[in-house]
Amino acid sequence: MDAMVRELSYAQAIQEAMAIAMDMDERVFLMGEDIGVYGGAFQVTGDLVERYGADRVIDTPISELGGAGVAVGAALTGMRPIFEFQFSDFATLAMEQIVNQAAKMRFMLGGEVSVPVVMRFPAGSGTGAAAQHSQSLEAWLGHVPGLKVIQPATPYDAKGMLLAAVADPDPVMIFEHKLLYKMKGPVPEGYYTVPIGKADIRREGRDLTIVATSIMVQKALDAAAALENEGIDVEVVDLRTIRPMDKQTVIDSVKKTSRLLCVYEAVKTLGIGAEVSAMIAESEAFDYLDAPIVRLGGAETPIPYNPELEKATVPQVPDIITAARDLVKGVR
Amino acid sequence: MATASKAVTDSRANLPFVYRHYSAEQLREVLHKMYLIRRFEEGAEECYTRGLIHGTMHLSIGQEASAMGICMPLAEDDQITSTHRGHGHCIAKGAEVKRMFAEFFGKTTGYCKGRGGSMHIADVGKGNLGANGIVGGGIPIAVGAALSSKMMKTGKVVVSFFGDGANNEGAFHEALNMAAVWKLPVIFVCENNGYGMSTSTARSTAVKNIAERAAAYSMPGVIVNGNIFSEVAEASHQAIARARAGEGPTLIESKTYRHRGHSKSDRNRYRTKEEIEDWMSNRDPITLFESELREFGFIDDKGIEAIRDAVAQEIAEGIEFANASPSPDISETGNYVYTEQA
Repeated sequence: MDAMVRELSYAQAIQEAMAIAMDMDERVFLMGEDIGVYGGAFQVTGDLVERYGADRVIDTPISELGGAGVAVGAALTGMRPIFEFQFSDFATLAMEQIVNQAAKMRFMLGGEVSVPVVMRFPAGSGTGAAAQHSQSLEAWLGHVPGLKVIQPATPYDAKGMLLAAVADPDPVMIFEHKLLYKMKGPVPEGYYTVPIGKADIRREGRDLTIVATSIMVQKALDAAAALENEGIDVEVVDLRTIRPMDKQTVIDSVKKTSRLLCVYEAVKTLGIGAEVSAMIAESEAFDYLDAPIVRLGGAETPIPYNPELEKATVPQVPDIITAARDLVKGVR
Repeated sequence: MATASKAVTDSRANLPFVYRHYSAEQLREVLHKMYLIRRFEEGAEECYTRGLIHGTMHLSIGQEASAMGICMPLAEDDQITSTHRGHGHCIAKGAEVKRMFAEFFGKTTGYCKGRGGSMHIADVGKGNLGANGIVGGGIPIAVGAALSSKMMKTGKVVVSFFGDGANNEGAFHEALNMAAVWKLPVIFVCENNGYGMSTSTARSTAVKNIAERAAAYSMPGVIVNGNIFSEVAEASHQAIARARAGEGPTLIESKTYRHRGHSKSDRNRYRTKEEIEDWMSNRDPITLFESELREFGFIDDKGIEAIRDAVAQEIAEGIEFANASPSPDISETGNYVYTEQA
């Protein structure tokens, strides 16, 4: 069990996964802005360029659309690129290649091709980077058939899901919350995968289901620990994948607890919480509900620069505690 | 590809490139393919009018020499990315017209099993990675395919076809820059037919010749008369040699004209009847190539007649095949969204 004891940061776990993928398969290579000697804007690629060379850890020009297209074209023709966006916000510059090309190529060509590209998106607020470097745009891509969209919440999952993504024949979009990069946790050495499309019950409970994504998983667990002292027993479901969504795990949990709270950082309306809520309303779990479904999401504003405003814009642990308590106690 | 023998080559010493470089049989096959493209599109247009094909289509009638000239010097496993006006590229790269018709009819025997239609026609087996409904969408993808070629050392050359409209897309500039920086084996072929839908290049593009933009990316920019097969093929041949030698990309501007409108909704209000008539009567690429072949003694009337007859039969059989093929079952609507995994 020694291997299980080892702790890595989320960023180190991703870096190790990329190194393992490159060791295992010569078709795997990395592309992105400043991922070489600079080591990536968040030091995720780190010193990989020294170990694998500039031909496999490729610095691109600042050309998100073209770079994403090159990755799509390379994947289409036999390579296994891992493309890093410097910030997830810059996906806006590359939506054409992601949405019209990568997602649809296999379908449009009647199954004659696959596009096994992996794209990584450092996402989320909390770094003081203001409105254009702090967004959570995963639901945008989650709306597109043909893509798979994942949000690992722990170092263990970050490594295992990245390796699953590289092995996947279809385009996989990975949203990595920037505040998670320094989070430490147990990460086994060597190769393992964590399946795409499977949610994980992080904490079992009887009174309430919290479905959370990404950094909100840890916040939900912190809230659950506090609520335990009040006699409220919270179940925390880490969705992990938003497309294809693991509906059954959420349905089973809600049938057990009869209450649902969705917690996510992205703007509240038209987001993942709406999808999870509607999915439960359409399912057999609806009849088990003892209270209306509640969503806690980001404010309907761009992310502000001021640190206090920035924090207030996205759900924090006290917000989750209050919402969960009110839900269980029937406060409307 | 076999080329003309030395004795034959000597007797052709003063002729344009293709007549020195290719055998008579190969040149007759080029004419055959050019007719096949023309008649395929005429056939598709007729089927559309008769309600057998729905949606829309973008015909390349008048641009056949450009498609054939670029593709003729390519090897079978070289690759192309194509455009919404891509029927000619597909046939030039070796596709069967019956499977193309079947695709247009939405049938399971089509190249994309009826999921793509005209705008996404592809033939991956012959190296056609697909037409594209997004202007400029295929250009970075071609650069990615060229990166694969370089990394996997396959020796493949990739051609990216696009129109004059695409040269004002950001994707064009980003892709050309990366291809040049990384010296990739890719050839950018701008088929300049004068209009991006209704907007002329004069009104949309700051440079007079799109090939001039090559200078910004330190690659050769070559202008050819896209309606003269030999000129296009010679430029393609040189660009391929440069790409295979690891010297990097080339931008070829093939100046041509589409006889038909942009798509089926076009009322041709942005150009004059006289202009269209001039291109059709005086600069038709098939007529020009045919008369050269005749003049240089590569074909006679009988030979031309035989090609036309063979093409007519191929087209009729293709339409019949498409008509008789099965449609996909409604229950298969969700197929091919993701790769099926055991």
